[in-house]
Amino acid sequence: MKILVCISHVPDTTSKINFTNDNTAFDPNGVQFVINPNDEFGLTRAMWFKEKENASVDVVNVGGPETESTLRKALAIGADAAFRINTTPTDGYAVAKELSKVAKDGNYDLIIAGRESIDYNGGMVPGMMAAELGASFVNNCISLEIDGTNATAIREIDGGKETLSSTLPLVIGGQKGLVEESDLKIPNMRGIMMARKKPLMVLEPAQQQTCTSSVKFEKPAPKGAIKMVDADNIDELIDLLHNEAKVI
Amino acid sequence: MPVLVYIESENKMFKKAALEVASYGRAVANTLNTSLSAVVFNNEDCSQLADYGVDKVLTVNHSNGFNAKVYADIIAQAALKESANVIVLSSSADSRYLAPILAVGLKAGYVPNVVELPKTQPFSVKRTAFSNKAFCETEITTEVKIIGVSNNAFGLIEHTTSLQSEPFSPKITSSDISVEKVDKATDKVSIADAETVVSAGRGLKGPENWNMIEELADVLGAATACSKPVSDLGWRPHSEHVGQTGKPVASNLYIAIGISGAIQHLAGINSSKVKVVINTDPEAPFFKAADYGIVGDAFEVVPELIEKLKTFKAQNS
Repeated sequence: MKILVCISHVPDTTSKINFTNDNTAFDPNGVQFVINPNDEFGLTRAMWFKEKENASVDVVNVGGPETESTLRKALAIGADAAFRINTTPTDGYAVAKELSKVAKDGNYDLIIAGRESIDYNGGMVPGMMAAELGASFVNNCISLEIDGTNATAIREIDGGKETLSSTLPLVIGGQKGLVEESDLKIPNMRGIMMARKKPLMVLEPAQQQTCTSSVKFEKPAPKGAIKMVDADNIDELIDLLHNEAKVI
Repeated sequence: MPVLVYIESENKMFKKAALEVASYGRAVANTLNTSLSAVVFNNEDCSQLADYGVDKVLTVNHSNGFNAKVYADIIAQAALKESANVIVLSSSADSRYLAPILAVGLKAGYVPNVVELPKTQPFSVKRTAFSNKAFCETEITTEVKIIGVSNNAFGLIEHTTSLQSEPFSPKITSSDISVEKVDKATDKVSIADAETVVSAGRGLKGPENWNMIEELADVLGAATACSKPVSDLGWRPHSEHVGQTGKPVASNLYIAIGISGAIQHLAGINSSKVKVVINTDPEAPFFKAADYGIVGDAFEVVPELIEKLKTFKAQNS
């Protein structure tokens, strides 16, 4: 089985977000970048298929040279080879188009992406890839088993879960649950050394077709002061929620 | 060219998020000086949509249940039939599942997490980004535009219309995915649909202490949620984990009990309108992000809050 894991290079979850150029661009200064957490759950599940079922696992990212550290980390975790599509990601559709080309050329059986990246939160790349490739698609995937060319996946729905069966090729939008938090691998020294020798191929983008563009950013208005209520005065809290906030 | 909304129902009742989508769609239609059409699956009685500004509804009978690809294809056919070039969907799991497929099918630009009405010329929408740490004004440059509206961002706005209903029999595409099993708690409010969410963290000390959280949620008609450490420890199921890598919450009222308020947690719940924090530690970061706070022991405050809310509810119902 050939697996392709799509990796987004995103600010660490603890990052403070700032903008530059008159609030028209994200400011990467002082920001630590990581593998998008939803993608990392998927990558870790892919490692399981590699170890138990001898699958090959490639990783791919759309981004400039500065994103290679994130791909090297994925190689250190255990991926076999990496692709970097050498362009700055613009919108979800353009990214999905670029990734689909790699997926098609490599004839992958299973394509794993995170359900959304934690920077733009678009949540559209996996579904658009599936549509582009004519492959089956399971979003919000929290469990995945493959038997030959048959797949059984569980997706999270509002207020529950749904078990689905499908055939390969399959695209999933993965998230926590595919593996547990405790299953995530921290690369060891051997992995890091091996990653340096693994292939990281740079591909030029096929085309830049976009449907949307980010025009301007703003940060939420600063929060007003909190109203403290004494622990002995629960009546006051109920009164505030009823008469002031009007939420009960 | 009317605006088209996808209206979701559950057990033949329209979801609140769907009526919000109708309200939003009506406002967009007014801005663009056009009418509002809706597509509804497996729900014959659509009269309620006349209260939320829908002019025309296409009713589809599709007995095989939800399938993202099939539904996306049907909505695309409805859009073509109505010549709609603005399509509005909710932020439900199903809508998010089908929207990207619909976008590719219609060669449309899709923007989710939208919190305000669009601006026209050029057509742009304001959405949340960086997990609620920022907003992004996003221009949609395609002819057909798809908007995913954030839950509880726009609210319900009544607008009476003389609704026309019309059966719609689209071509049904074959599906490559089949549903084997659905597990869904029917007696509980889901986090996605909830107006109030009661959430608890490690301050509760152990899973055995969640009865009072469930009771408080019950009194408020709320969904229960938890912090990341609590789900990682296995005290509560993953499906309750809210925050940046868990579920986003955009409720009207969010009550955090024994949650310190890590930046990742706050990012996930920041779209909630009113936040209440109950924590023993007055230095907990959550106090900087909340609207109302109580410094106190959850084991004393919560039972008292439950009793007083019961009295309040009895007096105000």
